[in-house]
Amino acid sequence: MSIVSEIEKTLDHAETLNGELNSFLSIESESSLSRAQLLDTTETVGPLKGVAIAVKDNICTKDMRTSCGSRILGNYKAQYDATAISRLNDAGAIVVGKTNMDEFAMGSSNESSAFGPAKNPWDVARVPGGSSGGSAVAVASGVVRAALGSETGGSVRQPASLCGIVGFKPTYGRISRYGLVAFASSLDNIGIFGQTSKDVADVLGVIAGRDEKDSTSADVPVPDYAATLNDDIAGKTIGIPRALLGEGLDDEVRESVLASIDNFKALGANTVDIELPYAKYGIAVYYIIATAEASSNLARYDGVRYGFRAEDSPELRQMYFKTREEGFGPEVKRRIMLGTYVLSSGYYDAYYSKAQKVRALVKRDYETAFTKCDAILTPTSPTTAFKIGEKSDDPIAMYLSDIYTVSANLAGVPAISVPSGLSSEGLPIGVQLIGNFWSEATLLNLTHKYETAHPLNARPSVFAG
Amino acid sequence: MDVRQVAKLAHLEITDDEVALYTPQMANIVKYVEQLNELDIGEIEPMLGGLTTEGKATNSIREDIAGESFAQKDALREAPSGVAGHFQVPKVL
Repeated sequence: MSIVSEIEKTLDHAETLNGELNSFLSIESESSLSRAQLLDTTETVGPLKGVAIAVKDNICTKDMRTSCGSRILGNYKAQYDATAISRLNDAGAIVVGKTNMDEFAMGSSNESSAFGPAKNPWDVARVPGGSSGGSAVAVASGVVRAALGSETGGSVRQPASLCGIVGFKPTYGRISRYGLVAFASSLDNIGIFGQTSKDVADVLGVIAGRDEKDSTSADVPVPDYAATLNDDIAGKTIGIPRALLGEGLDDEVRESVLASIDNFKALGANTVDIELPYAKYGIAVYYIIATAEASSNLARYDGVRYGFRAEDSPELRQMYFKTREEGFGPEVKRRIMLGTYVLSSGYYDAYYSKAQKVRALVKRDYETAFTKCDAILTPTSPTTAFKIGEKSDDPIAMYLSDIYTVSANLAGVPAISVPSGLSSEGLPIGVQLIGNFWSEATLLNLTHKYETAHPLNARPSVFAG
Repeated sequence: MDVRQVAKLAHLEITDDEVALYTPQMANIVKYVEQLNELDIGEIEPMLGGLTTEGKATNSIREDIAGESFAQKDALREAPSGVAGHFQVPKVL
């Protein structure tokens, strides 16, 4: 089959399902088809030749809309490609569309998008999770095999869990952040969604590695992730932080996680109990550090160089205030203000400095744990997908959706969510594996073996084709 | 927290309705993050960023040679008001 006909099918699925799922903010038919035609007529073989990829709308794609789910960027079209995008293009992949997201990646349900939430294909009355909800839905609904998202506190793993797919966050520095619109620079990562761990491995192999345009990208060799997917996992040791499986965790999620531990043992893995004593402070640390960095990063949206500008402001300062007032939604304003507050004179030591110290302790927890195990297993999300509107008036309840995921971002370690089963209501449950720095290959090996032995064997009610 | 004052520092012109909405929400969030105060952590080096040991060791210095950059036209393309090679803004004073 030609690449053109495959891409026509993908675009048709995307268009057909979007009315119900709202997962794409833009579908790039014209550029996708012309790229497909070009690829059909070239003999060059890239590792992702002809593979359709959906991309979160906070990753710059030249001449395509890049809105960050925000009114303040409106119809902004990126002037350059993110490094991850140029590497995907060089490998023959085709970006078919830009996906819905919580505004500036701030949210855990997709409800803070200025363009309405994406819907969970397993139950369209429920959220897909966030902030990379649209990318998760594009993969879960069968439109694309793989998608890019971004992670600051769990924004790939949590929606992957709620949508029944694989969601991966790399070691900080593994994938260049050049062209990823900044939210909290010391926590941000580009992440990958796949229908399987192999899809993730294929994309990671292409986009990982040092990039001179991102000084935080590390010069660490990129292994062949796909080559080790099938390695025997007998003898690998999985750490279980039992103290984290208590209060606040949904019973069915707990059962599924405990069953997945037995499944890993049946595959030959050993388990060991470990402790992560500072993990419970993760959300508090995160909401100080992430908002502080966001208040600084989002200062650039002032109506001067790009995006939206409020009308009728005769004077410059007033134009800044009105543009930001009209351009940002409530969650973004709350976080900018919280960040401004924790950095303000007289409060810095009490909040920001303290949070940085506890962040060091969270990292130390992981360093200690990884002297005893190869990976740590936890739930990905404390619950299955919740109803649209259920948590939207209670910021803290929403923030706690990320309780199991944020600490990996604070420490900088890689982590992955893989489906572990369905709840009695037929909603997906995910289990998370957290690895040591640069152990992406080990994580993908573990989840590949797991999903091969225990596939989900179910499809969402809204599915392409 | 004086939400109106914080909004001013953050360059946000917020409405009375927003002040009423955000004040209790922000107070709850601040109360939540203050659980860190219960920790007696002593002398710990603060973690300043996300860089790993390998990231810190990566040399980011390059030769001082001019590379490609945006053409003026491209840089102005997305501006709400780009006039004669400049970003135009309302009067400053």
